[in-house]
Amino acid sequence: MPAPILRLQGVTKRFGSFTALKGIDLEIEEGEFFTIVGPSGSGKSTLIRLLVGMEDLTEGAIWLRDRRIDQVPANRRPTCMVFQSLALFPHMTVGQNIEFPLKIRGVAAERRRERALELLELLRLPRNYHARRIQQCSGGERQRVALARALAFDPEILFFDEPLSALDYRLRKTLEKELKDLHARTGKTFVYITHSLEEAMVMSDRIAILRAGRFEQIATADEIYARPSSRFVAEFMGEVNLFGGRLSEGAFQPEEPGLRMARDPAALGLDLPEAGAATIMVRPEFLRFLNGGETADFVLAGRMIEQYALGSRLQYEVELPSGRHLTVEKLREDAFAGPRGSEVEVGFDADHVHVIRGD
Amino acid sequence: MERIDRRLGLLFALPVSAILAGAFLAPLLVVAIFSTMPQKVFDFLHWPDFSSYRVILEQGYWRSILWSLGLAFTATALLLVICWPLAYGMARVFGRFTLVLTVLVVMSLFVSENIRLFGWFLTLMKGGLIEGHLRAWFGQGFEGLLFNVPAILFGLVYVYLPFMLFPLAQGIAMVPDDARAAAFDLGASRWQVFTQIELPLAAPGIMVGSLLTFVLSAGAIAEAKLLGGRAVIVIADDIETAFTFAQNWPLGSALSMVLIAVVGTLVILGLRRVDLDAIMGRRR
Repeated sequence: MPAPILRLQGVTKRFGSFTALKGIDLEIEEGEFFTIVGPSGSGKSTLIRLLVGMEDLTEGAIWLRDRRIDQVPANRRPTCMVFQSLALFPHMTVGQNIEFPLKIRGVAAERRRERALELLELLRLPRNYHARRIQQCSGGERQRVALARALAFDPEILFFDEPLSALDYRLRKTLEKELKDLHARTGKTFVYITHSLEEAMVMSDRIAILRAGRFEQIATADEIYARPSSRFVAEFMGEVNLFGGRLSEGAFQPEEPGLRMARDPAALGLDLPEAGAATIMVRPEFLRFLNGGETADFVLAGRMIEQYALGSRLQYEVELPSGRHLTVEKLREDAFAGPRGSEVEVGFDADHVHVIRGD
Repeated sequence: MERIDRRLGLLFALPVSAILAGAFLAPLLVVAIFSTMPQKVFDFLHWPDFSSYRVILEQGYWRSILWSLGLAFTATALLLVICWPLAYGMARVFGRFTLVLTVLVVMSLFVSENIRLFGWFLTLMKGGLIEGHLRAWFGQGFEGLLFNVPAILFGLVYVYLPFMLFPLAQGIAMVPDDARAAAFDLGASRWQVFTQIELPLAAPGIMVGSLLTFVLSAGAIAEAKLLGGRAVIVIADDIETAFTFAQNWPLGSALSMVLIAVVGTLVILGLRRVDLDAIMGRRR
């Protein structure tokens, strides 16, 4: 495996008595599309400001290949960032914006213009946009100009601070795909920050989940979806049904009294700990309604109380006798036939279950 | 409906228009007409001969105009340099201290300009606060600090500081933090951020501040008379003399017209380059 392009070692950032980042370790590979996801207040903005050099770290080290960069000011780092606000220069034309990093380096005007036109083409903007004012560009166009300007800098790593968050849903979806495509075409290392896991899943090779200044899990999107390392990650990553419980004498004692198991956990082949707390996780699409006679490894009885249309899928809310609610999702062709309020049996199988250890 | 609206607008504008016409336009017109009259007359009942304008050229009054413009230009340049760091601090660094500073600067305006300048006169004169103390302590006196061009410039800079400071702070506040950070991130040095991002984006503030101080300084009189002790004669001083001691109203009027024309031209040239809407807070 090649050496990582970016390596963080025990990165800590304190603001007075508040610790925003608590000893973060991270390795990002060359050419990766790496996304850091976290709710607001998780420290993700602080992290990216540290990474681009807009903020000083309190402890730890940041390495770019074999060069330590945490003490290097932002304008001497070979990386750059696409800002959440895009930070385009309003007094310059599109072309002048894109050429800015080249002008700073003293590249000749002719060569700058050539490069700017190349970048306009790469980002599928018409050549005559070179002379256009920023104020005349739409939201999506500005996004592309900001990207072109960052690429003109030719950074070793391109950072993104939620640049799509201000756009409407459809444009965001388009640009997500374009960004992923651009990543493939340029082969650059992209490090992206967002609060939206959906956005992260569409684009990223790997995702890191940040919570209260620490990484909860760093893995591929599939891995995080199927095998979250904690309840927080499981819940952050979309709808989920969680059943907490304890293990005593090899048997799983669920907190939910209605949960019946066809066999004991060992026979089901679950990866349960020897003792202590564990949570059984199952995604809503793996729950199914049991018709008379059908059975499953785990069975629950309840009442279907609500139904939501999610486009291609339908979502059902099932209330258990204990008062707990389950979420079940079905494709439209597998829609549940009964009326709202009907008594149902819901089941799921052990091979769709993921066990989260600890509380 | 639309016609009524238009008429209503016209009616509403009438009182202000009348005041402006009577209080601003009419006196200007009087001055303009007087400037064309023969020398030393006190009414309009003469054929205009434009002799005053010839007198201005022949008797070297243009020198006073140049002095006024030169002093105004130098004072404006000095104020820009002095106020930039201060305004930058007010807009971005000082936080709540900005309010204190604003109040202090504004409070100085509560006292009449002449009285404040007289305070400086007592401070700077021979035997005044500075020279007097130095002589008492070291036994060695000097000729005071007044009655020269630097003293006039000091007066102008001191009196017109607020008129540069506040527009400049407003202009600097208009520079988005992100634009500054992005330029830095894209490899710009501090100097490059200053020249390529901050200066152009703060330009409306710079322009408004410069115009205000330039126009006010060009028409200033007290600084040159009091602190400068007439070391140089400024145009406003000439105008005053023409109207009072010399009893030559047409000459005073002509001098006024020339000053208005010169300063007005410079202001219009400057204003064409500023977006006043932007500095008034309207977002584009």
